[in-house]
Amino acid sequence: MKAHLSRRYLFSASHRLHSEAMSQEENQSTYGKCNNPYGHGHNYVIEVTVSGQVNPQTGMVCNLTDLDSFIEREVLARFDHENLNTLAEFAKQVPTTENLCIQIYEIMQRGFHHAHLERVRLEETMMNSFEYRG
Amino acid sequence: MVYLTRKAEFSASHLYHNPALTPEENRRLFGKCNNPHGHGHNYTLEVTVKGEVDPRSGFVVDLKQLKEVMHREVLDAMDHRFLNKEVPEFCDQIPTTENIAIAIWQRLATKLDRAKLHRVRVYETPDLFVDFYGEP
Repeated sequence: MKAHLSRRYLFSASHRLHSEAMSQEENQSTYGKCNNPYGHGHNYVIEVTVSGQVNPQTGMVCNLTDLDSFIEREVLARFDHENLNTLAEFAKQVPTTENLCIQIYEIMQRGFHHAHLERVRLEETMMNSFEYRG
Repeated sequence: MVYLTRKAEFSASHLYHNPALTPEENRRLFGKCNNPHGHGHNYTLEVTVKGEVDPRSGFVVDLKQLKEVMHREVLDAMDHRFLNKEVPEFCDQIPTTENIAIAIWQRLATKLDRAKLHRVRVYETPDLFVDFYGEP
């Protein structure tokens, strides 16, 4: 039997939405408050969904400790309490939550092989969320 | 096609233990969840059914009937129970969230009148949940 397992993780980070490809006015009109030069922060929630056959020996799609330790090491350690604009990942990309969601999906796609990755959903606030399925 | 979701809550205890494995393997694999005395959760169940809207009633499903079936088949059997000992499915299966979602699907799938079961979602905690769509 195939089941989908979802897990939520919290991290906090700051960012500034600013594109080098745009003029100052265009940045202002596109990003509004998010273009404030000193940046601002969010409590992000990552919701990761993986799927696979339920292993009859363990009753699990994948061991939660493998998923938790992967996310801790590869995602939270990288992004929690950071200024996203200063990270190599965002040297050439605006750290919108869309781009961050894709980055997290790709980190998982490259490194997590205990179950099939279905999607990454990222909540920027209680009102905004983004989802990427590859 | 319209999808309708009904929520319910139940509280239960369980432990993860596979008798085919050694005590060391069980501890390594299941960690704290292998505590022989069990531990508990407040589970949230979300049952989603789908169907065409009946032109006379305007309903996909009679919510009262869905609620009754969920109560009879799931909550009466699992609420305030020790899943390993009191729910027949878990005599020979580990009551992981995955297996709980599958067991609930199997309990409900044949009991619904008009609507078709689409998804069973079981939250073990607000940060951990399993979806089962009846896929083999």
